[in-house]
Amino acid sequence: MQINVTEYLDRTVQLFPNKTAIDDIHKSLTFSQVKKQAQALAGLIIEQGLLNKPVAVYMQKGCDMVVSFAAINYSGNFYVPVDLKSPESRIKNTFDSLYSKVVITNKANHDKLKSFFKGRIILIEDAEQHSSVREDLIQKQLEQVIDTDPVYSIFTSGSTGNPKGVVISHRGVIDYIDWAISTFNINEKAIIANQAPFYFDNSTLDLYLMFGAGATLVIVPEEHYAFPAKLIDLLNEKKINFVFWVPFVLINVANYKLLEQKKPEYLEKILFAGEVMPNKHLNYWRKNLPDCLYANLYGPTEITVDSTYYIVDREFSDEEPLPIGKPCRNSGILILTDDNRAGKVNEMGELCVRGSSLAMGYYNDFEKTAKAFVQNPLNIHYPEMIYRTGDTAYWNERGEVMYVGRKDFQIKHNGYRIELGEIENAVLGTELVDVTCVVYDSANKEIVMFYQAADELSIGEFRKKILLFIPKYMVPTKYHRLEKFPLSANGKIDRLKLAEMIDIVKR
Amino acid sequence: MKPACKSCTKEHEKTNYLHMKQQIIEILTELRPEFDFTQDVDFIEAGMLDSFDVIMLVNTLDEKLGISIDGMDVVPENFSSAEKIEALLKKNGVK
Repeated sequence: MQINVTEYLDRTVQLFPNKTAIDDIHKSLTFSQVKKQAQALAGLIIEQGLLNKPVAVYMQKGCDMVVSFAAINYSGNFYVPVDLKSPESRIKNTFDSLYSKVVITNKANHDKLKSFFKGRIILIEDAEQHSSVREDLIQKQLEQVIDTDPVYSIFTSGSTGNPKGVVISHRGVIDYIDWAISTFNINEKAIIANQAPFYFDNSTLDLYLMFGAGATLVIVPEEHYAFPAKLIDLLNEKKINFVFWVPFVLINVANYKLLEQKKPEYLEKILFAGEVMPNKHLNYWRKNLPDCLYANLYGPTEITVDSTYYIVDREFSDEEPLPIGKPCRNSGILILTDDNRAGKVNEMGELCVRGSSLAMGYYNDFEKTAKAFVQNPLNIHYPEMIYRTGDTAYWNERGEVMYVGRKDFQIKHNGYRIELGEIENAVLGTELVDVTCVVYDSANKEIVMFYQAADELSIGEFRKKILLFIPKYMVPTKYHRLEKFPLSANGKIDRLKLAEMIDIVKR
Repeated sequence: MKPACKSCTKEHEKTNYLHMKQQIIEILTELRPEFDFTQDVDFIEAGMLDSFDVIMLVNTLDEKLGISIDGMDVVPENFSSAEKIEALLKKNGVK
């Protein structure tokens, strides 16, 4: 019985020691190189005397980051990927909420990290010189780790301003990856083009199909996603046959009508998740690459990447919504009405998930954990946790789940999960405005900010300041100054009125 | 007489064509007000335009100028400087 994700790598190294595991364009590593480097680095982490503790990884996406993840798991601890582009204050917040003692980085990022992190820093370059692997020490650590212990923690936007660390267990990843390998028939012949940043949990699929099935993982530099023609060239050069991307990338290729001029010749399986995939753009792909398999995956970080999937098996008109499908094997979906009944066909309710892949909770935040992870109201006989996603959905006549929208102020913007509350906190943090309310214009995919201030904002100055608190993808791109905010009956800012003011098409 | 184009030293009378570079810089500045697009650097390499910016930029140029930039032309070389963007617009028939 597998209880730890490192067993994937152990097994794959036996089968394909000299096959390329990771290729980040600058360098590539075979499976046996990944294991050797990871175990050497694990030795340095074990020396710190940690077990089942978070170890953050602060470096650019690439081979070294993957090696670091494996090393941390071999050391009996769990990894926390850091978004290097995030403002320092936000990264510091994350480290504080983890009580981080140890962070792994490389020489290129060492000085910057040292300027705001006072704990122990391990340089990956030190492990490369430190070639002796102490398998006995690793064994001793791993004997103490069970499958409900954390494998990683990923931070997501928090409505009060502080990101929350979702704690995922080894069991969660194994449950998810075993499902993915069998459902999509993945083996060592798969060559995957990674798009998801490692601090975004979609990357879990890419990483563990590599570790678990012996697939080759090609880490595509981010700028290729700005220039889709270049992206397609790279897909062909690397003979990519599998991708799991945010719809944003597929939409972009479709908008440029590129596929008539340039086709990804080797692509066989196209999976997507992270936000709604419009059929209009999917139909363009299906028309131009009719032999590919297309699958729409759905799930919040709290359920280990995905909990439902839909393999596209019929025609849709451009305007129809795409189902998010049925539960992944060993995941359970409940659609609960406001009075906590199971929703009937076509009856809307909150999408809730149960199963082994449920997260353990939010790190160092029992209060938020207790709010989102609750007793299954349909089970009055024994304790059973479900996760309330905050998403509204319903079952259609075919037994498929249809996604409708959010119950709260969380949005998906270019695949990023964002709490509008976090943006509002940051806006106020600039001290340039008195009152603010941020809404999402989903039709035009823009974050719109309304504000009250003595003077019209200087947008340049404002953006410089707000970028000290939140990453660029959260920064509003439309600004409206108001004399007075519209208020609802209970005296709160009337978001619906604001939405009407910019003609937001409400679902 | 129209005001001098800020991006060059000469004064111009009939302007649209010669002010193109200035217009481009304005559009870029609206997109990323925190950067100075008059400096002589590679916008892409300097990280002044990321993938979302490039998409927004192409959309804006298409809309404002009534053109449709070919996806095959959306490559880093064509967006590295205001001059390169200007050349791309000229290729699309903008005068």
